[in-house]
Amino acid sequence: MALTQPVRHARAGLTWLVVILVALSGLLTAGVLTNQTTWAPKLALDLEGGTQMILAPRVQGNSQVSQDQLDQAVEIIRQRVDGTGVSEAEITTQSGRNVVVSMPGTPDTKTRELIQASANMEFRPVITGAAWTATPEASRTADKDIPAPTAEPKNASDTNWVSKDLFKKFEAYDCPTELAKPERPQNDPTKPAITCDPNTQYKYIVGPVEVPGTDISNASFGMASNSQGMSTGQWAVNLEFNGEGATKFRQVTERLVAATGFQNQFAILLDGTVLSAPTANAVIADGRAQITGSFTEESARALSEQLKYGALPISFEIQSEQQISATLGQDQLKMGLIAGLIGLLLVAIYSLFQYRALGFVTIASLIIAGILTYLAIAILGWLQNYRLSLAGVAGIIVAIGLTADSFIVYFERVRDELRNGRPLTAAVETGWDRARRTILASKAVNLLAAVVLYIVAVGNVRGFAFTLGLTAIADLIVVFLFTHPMLQLLARTNFFGNGHRLSGMDPRLLGAEPFYKGAGKFREPVTVPAGKGSSEDDGAASVAKESSRKARGAATNGERLTIAERRRLQENQSASATADHESGKGADNA
Amino acid sequence: MPSLAQWGNDLHSGKRSYPFVEKRKLWFIITLVLVALSIVVPVIKGGFNLGIDFRGGSEFTISQVQHTDVAPGEEVVRAVAPNVEPHVTNIAPGTMRVQTDRLSDDQTLSVAKSLSDAYGVPASNVTSTFVGPTWGQDVSQQALLGLVAFVVLVTILMALYFRTWKMSVAAVVGLLVVVIITAGIYSLSDFEVTPSAIIGFLTILSYALYDTVVVFDKIRENTEDYENQTEHTFADRVNLAINQTLVRSINTSMVAVLPVASILFIGAYLLGAGTLRDLSLALFVGIIVATLATIFVQAPLYATLRSGEQAVKDQAARVKAARESWPAEA
Repeated sequence: MALTQPVRHARAGLTWLVVILVALSGLLTAGVLTNQTTWAPKLALDLEGGTQMILAPRVQGNSQVSQDQLDQAVEIIRQRVDGTGVSEAEITTQSGRNVVVSMPGTPDTKTRELIQASANMEFRPVITGAAWTATPEASRTADKDIPAPTAEPKNASDTNWVSKDLFKKFEAYDCPTELAKPERPQNDPTKPAITCDPNTQYKYIVGPVEVPGTDISNASFGMASNSQGMSTGQWAVNLEFNGEGATKFRQVTERLVAATGFQNQFAILLDGTVLSAPTANAVIADGRAQITGSFTEESARALSEQLKYGALPISFEIQSEQQISATLGQDQLKMGLIAGLIGLLLVAIYSLFQYRALGFVTIASLIIAGILTYLAIAILGWLQNYRLSLAGVAGIIVAIGLTADSFIVYFERVRDELRNGRPLTAAVETGWDRARRTILASKAVNLLAAVVLYIVAVGNVRGFAFTLGLTAIADLIVVFLFTHPMLQLLARTNFFGNGHRLSGMDPRLLGAEPFYKGAGKFREPVTVPAGKGSSEDDGAASVAKESSRKARGAATNGERLTIAERRRLQENQSASATADHESGKGADNA
Repeated sequence: MPSLAQWGNDLHSGKRSYPFVEKRKLWFIITLVLVALSIVVPVIKGGFNLGIDFRGGSEFTISQVQHTDVAPGEEVVRAVAPNVEPHVTNIAPGTMRVQTDRLSDDQTLSVAKSLSDAYGVPASNVTSTFVGPTWGQDVSQQALLGLVAFVVLVTILMALYFRTWKMSVAAVVGLLVVVIITAGIYSLSDFEVTPSAIIGFLTILSYALYDTVVVFDKIRENTEDYENQTEHTFADRVNLAINQTLVRSINTSMVAVLPVASILFIGAYLLGAGTLRDLSLALFVGIIVATLATIFVQAPLYATLRSGEQAVKDQAARVKAARESWPAEA
């Protein structure tokens, strides 16, 4: 015998569910077997223990921080944190406005200061230079031979800036040692400073700041071209200054072009370290400089981005900082899981109480939704580095109730159809048609809320919104591919189809009797108490009208008919009219 | 339980009916009183009990303590920062909490270390939180932005789905009622307002509308062809829809509230303050209020909004005429 439409539909749904489950668990298994991930979802810091800082950028003036600048800031903070030897630090931006730094353990004061410090870009002229390791004691200049300043310095390149003490310090300065320190020296912009250039492995004494990084209006990179506009085949970094910067830079280049040796160079410093120390080949009058040299595409891009970042020095303010003890995190996770299990158990008991055997369908659906959610979180943790936070756990627990909701909407619908006198197989189909729309509309509201929450989220709201949205999707998958197909199949079993008392879909319990009682017998038309009523004229058989009037006449309690009653009455009557006719008893106007 | 099933049957058939729409004036007055109280009570109490995230400051949580004396905690803070007034509380079995004004980085580290000594736990059992003064402002600003964006989007979504803006308006008005009353009850409970509580409030928005969509869907179904009969007025049909979905409303809010109640219990009694507790209280109150609001405010309000329409009035008049034409009955 060919399968009926609903059975085929049900089998297709269940097949799809199996396909999804197998695909997801296959993916996760593959990840675990290849040692790329673990079975357990990744945990956020509030469950795992560690330090989380949420930093807000502080910008000079009214300028806004763009996502690009924030990304640059993240890159710089990452370099600084890595430099301190903290491993596994995660630095991300959030909502395009904050930077979140998460790391295991407790960072010391210095690391914290380092993270908050602003990137400080400045242009200083080079006064003198040397190889970047400390000059061996033996070959250092004797005290009496160190040239002492003879006058007040006339400009920033003037050697009169170099005092005897500064020169001694310079000779002893060892760049590899200094750069390894987590703290970068905060140099006074009005005084000369010692600085290192990791690219060329030189150390310099540089003069006071002549152009601050904030005077850069833009930076880009590309192929350099010569005066005829032909490409020279060399990568170059283009630099643009604002009006004030252009004036200052022209004065600098005018002086530097005439100078020789180290004094021909100007150093671009970021956080006290030299990014680049180009020589000045020409006077730059229009504020558009081009830096050429042995750039690769990559190093040109890196420098141009750093320069661009220098146009907006961002320092950070710690908005919130948490050092979460691993003990507390473990406790909270354990308690969260216990709360979830208790919640699940209560929902299971309530469902069994309300829906009897059908409650098992709810429980099975919840378990499958749970498996889907678990797989999704574990896979997202692996591929997207999603970490489950306590708020996320709360979202999942709350979702137990919201998931069970859609089953209740569906079951109640099916019950309504049973009350209207439909047999279970038909009630499941018509009930589903109505319930599906309601479920889709209400889940759309849920998802919308989750998406809005996720987008505007600050702090741990995000984890909650994420799991809420994830579980809403899991719920939709389960209700479409499991709950409904299961009901379609169960409706064909004896236990459910014949309305066993414990099935939860017992029509007698629901106040409806099947019309056909078996052995060619039909039940009597139901006489529903009715009051003042209708003059409905919707084409019902005249028999139905006749008995409907009788029914009304018989009513004594004055209650009015409801739509459902009226509908049932009509259905019953037309059914019995047909039955009467067929059983040969005859009818008024058959 | 046959009697509950019987009750459901009677509600469905209309044999038993509760006058949700008929007595709407009463429900609206009660609602207005509750809304007014929810606004007035927090004001009289001097505002909400704002958590550290909104005040700014430092907080330490010490887990698995050997004793729950308050004095050692206070001594530790005074020793490190003499000008700071510490608030030490035992928030859950074996858990102490120390709150202070903002401490410097060094002070924070030093207090955390001394606290672990004072309460006889390893340093890894001390959680310290520092919150800058503008953080709370940031969170609430974003939450408000989320609220507005969500309400606007959902109003459009509902207007499109139900093809009538009046349902959207009724739903959103009810939503505001839910948020205000929940906030009022939250304030009364004296729980701290934390970012977690704010998440709870935002989630209530979703739940409240979810619930409303389900009931409104039934209303729409029942009122689809109301003009083609003279047995029931529009309001009658709305009322029937509320009654017919009553069992569902009770069941869905029960299953939604049960897991939340379990988080609330665990969060409040076993963990003390924190994400779980604040979130679940807001949700617990919100889910119950949202279910009641759908039945007593949103659905009757929709009937009221439609009652002014000429077509609804005409139909109501036809129903009245039809009823009068029936002979009087005993």
